[in-house]
Amino acid sequence: MVDFAQFLIAGLSQGAIYGLVAIGFSVIFRATHIVNFAQGEFVMIGGLGTAGGIALGLPPLLAALMAVLVGVVAALALDRIVVRLAQAAPIILLVIVTIGASVAMRGAAQVAWGRNFYSIPTFVGSDPIQIGEVTVMPQAILILFVALAIAAALDVFFRRSRFGKAMVAAAINPVAASLMGIELKHVYAVTFLIAGLLGTIAGLLITPLALIQFESGLMFGLKGFAAAIVGGLGSVMGAILGGLLLGVAEALNAGYVSSAYKDAIAFMLLVGVLLLKPEGFFGRSGGKRV
Amino acid sequence: MSNIPFIPQRWIALAVFGAILVALPFVFSNKFQLSILILVGLNAMLCLGLNLLVGTAGQISLGHAAFYGIGAYASAILTGDYGWNAFAAIAAGIAASGAIAAVVGRPIFRLQGHYLAMATLGVGLVIYLVLVHENGLTGGPDGRAVKPLTVFGEPVRGELSWYWIIAAVLFFAVWAAENLTHSPWGRSLRAIHASEPAAAAVGIDVRSVKVVLFVASAALASLAGSLFAHAYGFITPDRAGFLHSVELVVMIVLGGLGSIYGGIAGAAIIGVLPHVLTAFKDYENLAYGLLLILVPYFFREGLIPMLAGLARLRR
Repeated sequence: MVDFAQFLIAGLSQGAIYGLVAIGFSVIFRATHIVNFAQGEFVMIGGLGTAGGIALGLPPLLAALMAVLVGVVAALALDRIVVRLAQAAPIILLVIVTIGASVAMRGAAQVAWGRNFYSIPTFVGSDPIQIGEVTVMPQAILILFVALAIAAALDVFFRRSRFGKAMVAAAINPVAASLMGIELKHVYAVTFLIAGLLGTIAGLLITPLALIQFESGLMFGLKGFAAAIVGGLGSVMGAILGGLLLGVAEALNAGYVSSAYKDAIAFMLLVGVLLLKPEGFFGRSGGKRV
Repeated sequence: MSNIPFIPQRWIALAVFGAILVALPFVFSNKFQLSILILVGLNAMLCLGLNLLVGTAGQISLGHAAFYGIGAYASAILTGDYGWNAFAAIAAGIAASGAIAAVVGRPIFRLQGHYLAMATLGVGLVIYLVLVHENGLTGGPDGRAVKPLTVFGEPVRGELSWYWIIAAVLFFAVWAAENLTHSPWGRSLRAIHASEPAAAAVGIDVRSVKVVLFVASAALASLAGSLFAHAYGFITPDRAGFLHSVELVVMIVLGGLGSIYGGIAGAAIIGVLPHVLTAFKDYENLAYGLLLILVPYFFREGLIPMLAGLARLRR
């Protein structure tokens, strides 16, 4: 039972990171019908950007701010590149362009930071907390808390705020929305901004627990996508729940079965859900079944 | 299937291609250049199958390199550990790839667009992870050695012999692809790309055509993988990984989606470019990424169709 609780906590905090990346996939897909393959690179930017800032002698908080800034610039650049193309090009070219963007980000990080692994200090201390017989890292609790808070805040933003509702409207019917005076360009830019910010924050949160390198974004991106599909592509709450589910499944499998196939769980879930229930577990509507 | 021609409609293009294949080893004759040509030839085979699937029929696959890996490892394991004849091992690899493609393909080709891309990516990654983790058979992430190919008891050695083998296989594969695309079956691929409901309405069994095409392209990829394993004598799971799959998609997009010679040109450009730009080694990833962003903007059709269009305009 202690083991189980231990695996559960580890899985939930890892899953919250997948969830944050997954929300990024979901909001961009909902608004633009593009799967942004560069989503995972923001995690790398968050981690390496902060580590780089600290290496330059900045205080950690300022370094984190710098990383967020880099993430925002990258997200807005991506928006300009992708959305302009999306008006005319077939899906395969959109897939290529976002893959190109992810390779370019990875390449830029390689030029800036080389192939070394980096970590950053945690803001909440690294002494493990004992809850009963279960040992928990404070950072793990912080990750879970921040991720759930962000998901809840976004949910409120899309339901209650004027701009959030405009974004949902634009996602449902772009033509009607633009006739109602909603500027689609702004909607797309804010969508990419949200996705980029979430990825960067995920990177800030996970780097104190994991070492990050210029290639680390790839796996986060792929697993974040799997989480988004499991939860139902296009739904914020679905994405975070999908992430948590994936994280827990990975941790339990690694704990009780075998750690060798830890990474395979995500992709088997991905293929399984796409085939059996393309709309995901928590989504309302989604994949087209033909 | 009775209406497949034997002499392809565009026989001049095929003849020119054959002449280029024959001339290449005389122009680029040192070992290093030949080894690059061999790799380009293998990637060209992969692109040929993938381009029929993605370019002609419009079905995105982001996991194609996995079948290359299956072929390579089938040859390595069956000849190395079980003492099989090399050709039997190649056939077994093709059968395994084809069987996996058939089993996976039936349900997966219900999906379209991004969903299909992601499902093929997931299948490719699972196959890759199996190759990485089954250390006992595959040697794990560090890879394993492969016995040389023996033909009538004589091992095939040297870059030049391998070049001729691969050039010959590529030539016949291109010939077959030319004939197939100009047959009724090939036209049904283009019909599916244009509109699935319309294709179904004129009596094309859409899903079967897609699955057969997927199996055929997987079989060709597996053959290329087996040849790669014997030619290089050493294989790692990387060749079956996501990045190789993406590289293949880049090649066909750059060369021209749905163009047989386009995929080959793409394989040649992406294969040779890093060796021309060695001065920019650290910037390789960055340059590659920027190239991927620029291609869809500036030559949406790809290189070969664009050049063909220009040539038509001149006339």
